[in-house]
Amino acid sequence: MTATDTKTIAGRTGPWEIVLGLEVHAQVSSQSKLFSSAKVGFGAGPNQQVSLVDAAMPGMLPVLNRYCVEQAVKTGLALKAQINLKSRFDRKNYFYPDLPQGYQISQFDQPIVGEGEVVVEHDNGETFTVRIERLHLEQDAGKMIHDLDPNATYLDLNRAGTALMEIVSKPDMRSSDEAVAYVKKLRAILIAVGSCDGDMEKGNLRADVNVSVCRPGAYEKFRETGSFKHLGTRCEIKNVNSNRYIQQAIEYEARRQIEILEDGGKIDQETRLFDPGKGETRSMRSKEEANDYRYFPDPDLLPLILDPAWVKELEAGLPELPDAKKARLQSQYGLSPYDAGVLIADAARASFFEQAAVGRDAKLVANWTINDLLGRLAKDGHDIADSPIPPADIAGLVKLIEAGTISSKIARQVFDHMWAGEGAPAAIVEKHGLVQVSDTGAIEAVIDRLIAANPGQAEAVKAKPQAIGWFVGQVMKEMAGKANPGSVNAILKAKLGVE
Amino acid sequence: MAIDAETVRKVARLARIAEPEERLAPLAQELDAIMQWIEQLQEVDTDGVEPMTSVVARALPLRDDVVVDGGDPARVLANAPRTTDGFFIVPKVVE
Repeated sequence: MTATDTKTIAGRTGPWEIVLGLEVHAQVSSQSKLFSSAKVGFGAGPNQQVSLVDAAMPGMLPVLNRYCVEQAVKTGLALKAQINLKSRFDRKNYFYPDLPQGYQISQFDQPIVGEGEVVVEHDNGETFTVRIERLHLEQDAGKMIHDLDPNATYLDLNRAGTALMEIVSKPDMRSSDEAVAYVKKLRAILIAVGSCDGDMEKGNLRADVNVSVCRPGAYEKFRETGSFKHLGTRCEIKNVNSNRYIQQAIEYEARRQIEILEDGGKIDQETRLFDPGKGETRSMRSKEEANDYRYFPDPDLLPLILDPAWVKELEAGLPELPDAKKARLQSQYGLSPYDAGVLIADAARASFFEQAAVGRDAKLVANWTINDLLGRLAKDGHDIADSPIPPADIAGLVKLIEAGTISSKIARQVFDHMWAGEGAPAAIVEKHGLVQVSDTGAIEAVIDRLIAANPGQAEAVKAKPQAIGWFVGQVMKEMAGKANPGSVNAILKAKLGVE
Repeated sequence: MAIDAETVRKVARLARIAEPEERLAPLAQELDAIMQWIEQLQEVDTDGVEPMTSVVARALPLRDDVVVDGGDPARVLANAPRTTDGFFIVPKVVE
């Protein structure tokens, strides 16, 4: 998308534009925590997965998890980012019950990964680039439960100390659609690398969204000069954990800021919470005071020095990443950038497609996978992993179309039966008698009968060739849709004398 | 950098240390003396000198990603003033 067609929002005093930057928190796919050997995971009983390090008992010392470092480096490489061979852990100091240490171990001015970029697909197949500012490792906090007791808060430290990668983008997104597309692409990269499972429902991938608004032209000045003074004051919406909520939160927040500005007010830079029930954002006053984090190097941890040879080794071991896969799907199977873009959005989609495409017309397989199967799944909010139809059956369906056994139209009926769980397409075609009639004798007989019975229509076609469609429809109706459409057309044209 | 009573109040608040009003001024003096000493240290030319992060030359130890800890909530909760059903119970946090 170019600057000229950036989405604008109409206000009472003129048009506005949105500027968005995201801080995505991705939980590292490790077995144990960032600095302790307690188990990471969802669903255990309260405080079952807590070591004395996580509970911040006096005298306990953090020891860094090598696997987590490895995943951060691999993710950085996949983001085409600078890998910092020397980085450092710092203490971010604040008091909150979910943080027993009284500080979060994070990385402040020397993160493990520096600047990179992500190429993101729009729904229409066009792309835009989001620049990455940094990626750093940090600890997650524990979980507070507020609704078990009106006078107390329950605290479970199972999540405390779990490794997170915080991936910070530059303010390069200009609409809620772009923000969601970016999160989707980032998720696909993380899943391909294997550094995070991308499970947003479990909170393993969540975003802080920075929203500001400005007048048209201001953003371009910011990009030219790099000076934030051209942009509006931003608000940070914390911990939004689904694409739909990201979209809603941005739409609401932009509208809120525009209202304030148009009433002559000013935006306070603050942290806000998104309330999915109300579809609103609201100020998080409770943490307002805690903004002085007094970062300093964690004296319990030495600087993290990476061996360049190890980084090279990790780079060589990276799997095929979404962008490379997209290029390969286009060149190997002749797919359009749009189709390839849809398939790489989820590694399971591309894998499904490639299994189904073996020896088949790849474009047809892509059409059935994307338009019919994914289309139908998306209606219920599902994706390919929930498909009731295995890849082999999509391949089987396309094989029947290729062989001329069924028409594309009949194939839709067969697909409905497959969706209903009736099994392999060949068996469905046989069971329901859906074999396409290519026997020209049988088709001719029907056509002769129709022309004889409808001389008026036949005359009309001679004068107005488009009217042939009426006959095509009648033949199909008569033959229950099973006539080969190509043969029907050819025979009709010959019999009615249409070129 | 001069430290006044107001700064002491703020720092104490951030560190959750309760300091009575009459202690703020004396503390400001003490802290100010420390800051002056640090300012004196900063006169030393350290250009091109790497910060010393350890008295012995050693690398940050790393561990393998293996679960060998946890699974003992009773031990974790042993010092807690209040617990219920395996949870820590803390004063109500209003969000």
